[in-house]
Amino acid sequence: MKIHEYQAKAILRNYGVRTPNGDVAATPAKAEAVAKKMVAKGATFPLVVKSQVLVGGRGKAGGIKLAHTIEEVRPLAKQILKMNIKGEIVKQVLIEQGVDIQREIYLGIIVDRARKMPVFMASAAGGVDIEEVAASTPEKILFVPVEPLLGLTDYQVREMAYFVDIPKEGMKDFAGIVKGLYKAFMEKDCSLAEINPLVITGAKEVIAADAKMNFDDNALGRHPDIAEMRDEAEEAPLEREARRLKLNYVKLDGKIGCIVNGAGLAMGTMDIVKHFGGEPANFLDIGGGAKAEQVTDALRLIVSDPKVNTIFFNIFGGIVRCDLVAEGILIALKNLPDWNTPIVIRLSGTNEEKARDMLKGSSLISAATMSEGAKKAVEISNRAA
Amino acid sequence: MSILVDRDTRLIIQGISGNEGKFHGQQMIAYGTKVVGGVVPGRGGETVLDVPVFNTMKDAVAATEANTSVVYVPAAFAADAALESIDSGVKLVVIITEGLPTLDMMKVYWFARQRGVVVIGPNCPGIISPGKAKVGIMPGHIHKEGRIGLISRSGTLTYEVVKELTLYGLGQSTGIGIGGDPIIGTSFVDALGMFEKDPDTDAVVMLGEIGGTDEETAAEFVKTKMTKPVVGFIAGLTAPPGKRMGHAGAIISGGKGTATEKIAALNAAGIPVAERPDQVAGLVKAKLKL
Repeated sequence: MKIHEYQAKAILRNYGVRTPNGDVAATPAKAEAVAKKMVAKGATFPLVVKSQVLVGGRGKAGGIKLAHTIEEVRPLAKQILKMNIKGEIVKQVLIEQGVDIQREIYLGIIVDRARKMPVFMASAAGGVDIEEVAASTPEKILFVPVEPLLGLTDYQVREMAYFVDIPKEGMKDFAGIVKGLYKAFMEKDCSLAEINPLVITGAKEVIAADAKMNFDDNALGRHPDIAEMRDEAEEAPLEREARRLKLNYVKLDGKIGCIVNGAGLAMGTMDIVKHFGGEPANFLDIGGGAKAEQVTDALRLIVSDPKVNTIFFNIFGGIVRCDLVAEGILIALKNLPDWNTPIVIRLSGTNEEKARDMLKGSSLISAATMSEGAKKAVEISNRAA
Repeated sequence: MSILVDRDTRLIIQGISGNEGKFHGQQMIAYGTKVVGGVVPGRGGETVLDVPVFNTMKDAVAATEANTSVVYVPAAFAADAALESIDSGVKLVVIITEGLPTLDMMKVYWFARQRGVVVIGPNCPGIISPGKAKVGIMPGHIHKEGRIGLISRSGTLTYEVVKELTLYGLGQSTGIGIGGDPIIGTSFVDALGMFEKDPDTDAVVMLGEIGGTDEETAAEFVKTKMTKPVVGFIAGLTAPPGKRMGHAGAIISGGKGTATEKIAALNAAGIPVAERPDQVAGLVKAKLKL
């Protein structure tokens, strides 16, 4: 799960990371009010007006602007609040004290799957996309793996500080920020936490001018405070609905709706549909059980995608009995009386013959194997198109 | 022979009184697995599935001489159950549970390494040595005793391939579901190494998917360290980047972990990669010149 910059900054402030003062606003008028309040408390111009979106590259897209007077705040906020950045509508702006940037540093931490431990990345080439730095000039990034049974050590913090050339006056602040970032990362179950840029000001202060945090979906159960921060509007509507139904669903662009049990098989099903010349409309894993209720939910979800013209059920009943799955599908179809999308179904495993017999009287098109089912679904879909 | 589980496996089921633990416990016993006990805190002294239940793993191991445990405990408690098991003296811990927080699994991984315990999973179907024992949730009946090793990141997709192998007369020495999470106890490379050493495995099938770089590392291992033929399949050619495809580990992030890259890496290592799951068995036959 991703959160917005202002939310990440609020979390990091609790861990001793210094950030510019500021507040969010959802309307131009509110933005002006925020700015006025900040100025009254001693903020100086320029102020920064920043779009709050979850996609990257908002700066290049024009989603970050400087306001040099109080009069500029409202029109800038108005302009940014109307923007669509890579498909994401800006709903809030963050008004912040501008910082006197002398240097920009990159500081980030991720879970490294290959090393199986958290790894810090530090670079003096901050302020730009770190993936570009990694691709073109990897020697400009220092990777510091943190041994899980040891935790982050002081010498590692020093290694990072010297690598990115922190001035003497900023050493203590930098150490505090690195340790704070690490603590937040571990305590909040992050998959990524990033400060880019970490700014060194003319006065040698070290300040987090931006912040990004992604969280492990599997750990949200123990972080209700984080789960609450989810911006539902950022999800595709069908994906939001799927999450409520506890279905693993990812929307794609094609016409063949796939309903599968198991994530690997669901991916394999998308691939095989494409292999035979069709376009999958989605990834959908209904899980091992595949009871009537889940099947109904899955069918409802798939047909609410207007592009879908054919459905391909691919069920491998291992321990699950195929006749029970068939029964679930028949009940589900009875609950959906206006049904007219063709369904190709492939049931394999325990009691598959019995299941096929049960489905004979229905309008469902049976297939014996995954390949046969995919071929049939593609034919039907292409004919309908 | 086979690897990891066989007739000498003495199994403790952690979470034996829960729905999953009880149902699959029954299935494992019916398959012939020696289930010697269960662990459920607070339920010590009871009997479930005709085996004794203990409060702790240490009690269970002391009383039963168990050498393996399987975890069906809910996600929030599964990592702790696995740590308890690693600390109890068993040599193999299989975590079936899905949804473990990654940082919890990271602790399990390093603790197991420190203690020399093999961990399989989490979020996996388990291990089966056909005709001998199964520890997990896979359907036993689709498997057949034989000489093909199988390593996979997923569940039902694996069954699909196993069914075809069996249909082609290619029985299996052992099948391992290594799991679909970002951090797993046993990787492709670890399992490939075990099969390479197993005198009763002639060839290995590896079923990978998008996300991470485990398949690429495995390709390098096959090229430099393995003498036995390996055949592959990679799921997720059509998966869009940045989206989690069900498994926590199945996500293309930062442009890394695409199926195309993985297939290229496997091919470069001389590993034929099937375009469809139902072509895997044919490729194995061709490799073994059967």
